[in-house]
Amino acid sequence: MIRGLTVLLLCQLLGEVLVDLTGLVVPGPVVGMVLLFGWLQWRRPASGSGTVRAANGLLKHLQLFFVPAGVGVIAHAAVLRQEALPITVALVGSWLAGLLVVGWIVQLAGREHAHASDQDGVA
Amino acid sequence: MSEVREALTSPLALVLVTLLTYQGGIWLRRRTRGHALAQPVVVSIAGTAAALLLLDVDYTAYADDARLISFWLGPATVALAVPLHRQTSRLRGVVVPMAVAIPIGALVSILTAYGLVVLCGGTEVLALTMSPKAATTPISIALSQQVGGVPALTAIVTIVAGILGAVLGPAVLTLARVRDVRARGLAMGASAHGIGTSRALTESETEGAFSGLSMGLTALATSVLLPLVLWLL
Repeated sequence: MIRGLTVLLLCQLLGEVLVDLTGLVVPGPVVGMVLLFGWLQWRRPASGSGTVRAANGLLKHLQLFFVPAGVGVIAHAAVLRQEALPITVALVGSWLAGLLVVGWIVQLAGREHAHASDQDGVA
Repeated sequence: MSEVREALTSPLALVLVTLLTYQGGIWLRRRTRGHALAQPVVVSIAGTAAALLLLDVDYTAYADDARLISFWLGPATVALAVPLHRQTSRLRGVVVPMAVAIPIGALVSILTAYGLVVLCGGTEVLALTMSPKAATTPISIALSQQVGGVPALTAIVTIVAGILGAVLGPAVLTLARVRDVRARGLAMGASAHGIGTSRALTESETEGAFSGLSMGLTALATSVLLPLVLWLL
């Protein structure tokens, strides 16, 4: 477990350093995710390995780590009440638009792909 | 009496309140057999906020103490490589649709958030504050700062967008006839970042892996596109 956490923190740190050195606009942890992905593809650790167990342990409680920022709602209650209409409409509308656009594009393109491979099968 | 209050508002107690309310949320989710409304993050935010108001603790003091918890958001983001690694074989056939859908999704999220605020009579600062909300919190906060929004408010709207996704996302996708699990996962991550991803992970590992991937790519696309869009506007 501790060995796994060490690997995760190391990947994050390397990600942060890479972002600092290159001036990339991506966050360090996302670069860390790419680095860990590369490492997993290369080393192919067993599913019981420390890294996999530590990762699964953290991912099971991903929601917990957002709580402290979310509690900030109490510090901004006044603004949220004052601008409730634009905030609510933009939040719900924009969330829905993003969700549907991505879902539909990928599904439609995937269907075309599936059709293409069906035809390959027939031919 | 003041000693009791001191103990109740110590970093230990405040972290404990966060963990206890989160456990309460997990318990509720189990009791309701995974009802969509029973998201632990919602229960924990509501419970912790109530406790802070009751104990008269300043949010900034709490945020400082709770860094013990928020710290793990970074390593947990790195950890999303693991489900992705296990799903590599399922990437075949979606790479191109994904490369098209994610930048378009990020663009639509930015433009609709900005446009709807302006349409409803909100200020430009509010429009800027809401524009990066599809990217996951650390990025949306940094972007908000960069473009002249209010970062603390961006953090909140980002989290609420995530909660919307966790609560309503799967039901809306089913209504919209999006059945392909990979498309569902990509859509969840593109609109509801890590919080949506945690719901997607409870639906299926494939959906969760694609949601995590989408979250990373959406963060990237939003970081690149937001300054560009604002410059063009």
